[in-house]
Amino acid sequence: MALKQSAIPFAGTAEQEELLMAVIEKHKGEAGGLMPVLHEAQEIYGYLPIEVQNKIASELNIPLEKVYGVVSFYSQFSINPKGKYKVSVCLGTACYVKGAGNLYEKLKQKLGVEDGGITDDGKFSLEACRCIGACGLAPVLTVNDEVYGRLTEKDLDTILAKYKD
Amino acid sequence: MYRSQVLVCGGTGCTSSHSEKVIAALHREIEKHGLENEIKVIRTGCFGLCALGPIMIVYPEGSFYSMISEDHIAEIVEEHFVKGRVVTKYLYKETVTEDGIISLNDTNFYKKQHRVALRNCGVIDPENIEEYIARDGYQALCKAVNDMTSDDVINTIKESGLRGRGGGGFPTGVKWSLAKANDADQKYVACNADEGDPGAFMDRSVLEGDPHALIEAMAIAGYAIGATKGFVYVRAEYPIAVKRLDNAIKQARERGILGGKVFGSDFEFDMEIRLGAGAFVCGEETALMTSIEGNRGEPRPRPPFPAQKGLFGKPTVLSNVETYANIPQIILNGAEWFSSMGTEKSKGTKVFALGGNINNTGLVEVPMGTTLREVVDEIGGGIPKGKKFKAAQTGGPSGGCIPASLFDVEIDYDNLIAIGSMMGSGGLIVMDEDSCMVDIAKFFLEFTVDESCGKCTPCRIGTKRMLEILEKITSGKAELEDIDKLEKLCHYIKNNSLCGLGQTAPNPVLSTLRYFREEYIAHVVDKKCPAGVCKDLLQYSIDPEKCIGCSACSRVCPANAISGEIKKVFIIDQNTCIKCGACEAKCRFGAISKG
Repeated sequence: MALKQSAIPFAGTAEQEELLMAVIEKHKGEAGGLMPVLHEAQEIYGYLPIEVQNKIASELNIPLEKVYGVVSFYSQFSINPKGKYKVSVCLGTACYVKGAGNLYEKLKQKLGVEDGGITDDGKFSLEACRCIGACGLAPVLTVNDEVYGRLTEKDLDTILAKYKD
Repeated sequence: MYRSQVLVCGGTGCTSSHSEKVIAALHREIEKHGLENEIKVIRTGCFGLCALGPIMIVYPEGSFYSMISEDHIAEIVEEHFVKGRVVTKYLYKETVTEDGIISLNDTNFYKKQHRVALRNCGVIDPENIEEYIARDGYQALCKAVNDMTSDDVINTIKESGLRGRGGGGFPTGVKWSLAKANDADQKYVACNADEGDPGAFMDRSVLEGDPHALIEAMAIAGYAIGATKGFVYVRAEYPIAVKRLDNAIKQARERGILGGKVFGSDFEFDMEIRLGAGAFVCGEETALMTSIEGNRGEPRPRPPFPAQKGLFGKPTVLSNVETYANIPQIILNGAEWFSSMGTEKSKGTKVFALGGNINNTGLVEVPMGTTLREVVDEIGGGIPKGKKFKAAQTGGPSGGCIPASLFDVEIDYDNLIAIGSMMGSGGLIVMDEDSCMVDIAKFFLEFTVDESCGKCTPCRIGTKRMLEILEKITSGKAELEDIDKLEKLCHYIKNNSLCGLGQTAPNPVLSTLRYFREEYIAHVVDKKCPAGVCKDLLQYSIDPEKCIGCSACSRVCPANAISGEIKKVFIIDQNTCIKCGACEAKCRFGAISKG
């Protein structure tokens, strides 16, 4: 997977940094504490820009390359900001057999983005995701935390239209 | 005392089909009728019949409502709860027969099932420890620490014949005795809840529907091997499961079960949750432990095995959720009870996640040795739209495809291996005649290429080369010798990869080559995809007999590839056509076909 650093400048606030410091404090010295710190840091910032990784590295006293190595290894960690609405199409086997691959292609066309891309206005980001386990409703997609199941191509416009604001 | 209890499924499947709205509507309507003290609404775990969600069951009658929405609730509360008349039209239609309403357990979906690991899912409120205790919960742990020695516990598990449900099928009791035999100042019990196999979700259902069973089992394992600390490694994609397990751990601590001496014995145990971050390889045991340690989740060579040097270099027992879910029952009911179920070498039951082209998608638990036909046709309700069964895929990206000719195979560990597939964690995806087996093999290879951690060369580069050959085949550019090359590569990768991911990655290709070789040959020699899936080998054409010249197809074509005059036959320009299928979907006269 290619890791392209976003061109959007980092805009972390003082409050976010305070929260981050509290998280680091909580897990400092814990065996294997880096993963929980990264999870919680991503909750705070929405993604893990290099500035945040740097902070974590220096506070936990581990090399930045190790932090970056872990961040880049796991697909849940993102070094790029996500859209206001994060659209994820499940490409697990059950969904794939039921045509999720086509839905994903259609969504790419409709939003005009590539795999893992974000629309120019920052509103939608699109990605394929691993099985979310809602196989009974296949094919499914999620927009942020909302799950849409038993989809057909016709449903896509209706779903996107819900997120006009 | 309530006169009626309403159980609503709060598993991920039903939550995704909005069961939370149903629960809210129930509370609203019940309050409106002043029935709060008579009718109790309980949010449970998964019932298994996810295709029909949201699901709601009303006791004492046992009325099974399926596919309900919040709009139905006012009517159900008014008719059923106030007037006592079951609203038959919203019931699961299989429970409604000419002779009246039958019990859920007599429907095709449930009658052949035998629930051990899932016994509490859909039965109790997973957020309430009392309900677990009322179903004999924590009795097994109490019995183990007070009445049994650690060797008694290990021997019981050994004699039961329980094998790991995560894929490998290693005998659980043996694993425990190996970990016990290694002396160390600290040992660990770990649980693999990183259910990465696409299409399998039984572990999540246990976590969501019966989290205390896992806690109890891990504590028993801790007692058996002499470990005081447990880690559960859960996929971050399972937020409901994480929340319920976290809640259950807190409740167990409040009750003095975790975090101190267990049931007045000298044995202490506590546990914590660690979140995965979306790496399939972390389902492999050594990679999982590397990940818990806070590193890139890369596997390490074995030996040393986890029972010798596992988590943080200490002896560790690692099993998956479903395996653990069986443990308390085995301790309570005895090894013989468990080993009376199943086949000679595979004891007990197995949970399968039925998905794909099958009517009753969902979770089923059957004794080992049940045939594929029983699972697909009887329990699963067959293939929708009258299509033919083509293959069942088990074992996810590590498994293979079972063809129709082996429909009567008795499912157990050894039979599946013998026919080139594997049990895996229990995903069972059914495919009908419209599925292209080469495309399915390519789909899994795309998955493994993406998920290969990159540590060893056979897996990192080999799977990529395999995918390239498969892409050549599906785009019609391959020659016959490519199939041979592919097969050779498969064996090379199988024999030389470091961990289970690489060693099993060729299985989807090998099994489809074994049973569906003619489909590969059709792609290579005839340049055709018999199932009509591989786009590069498709041609859409208009049947001049059926076309009335309405121009609907040409207006919907995104590539302007269709031309013609109104009321005359239209033509598709094959060079411009992007094979999106929009024309075929639009044509009301069935004049457009692919082939």
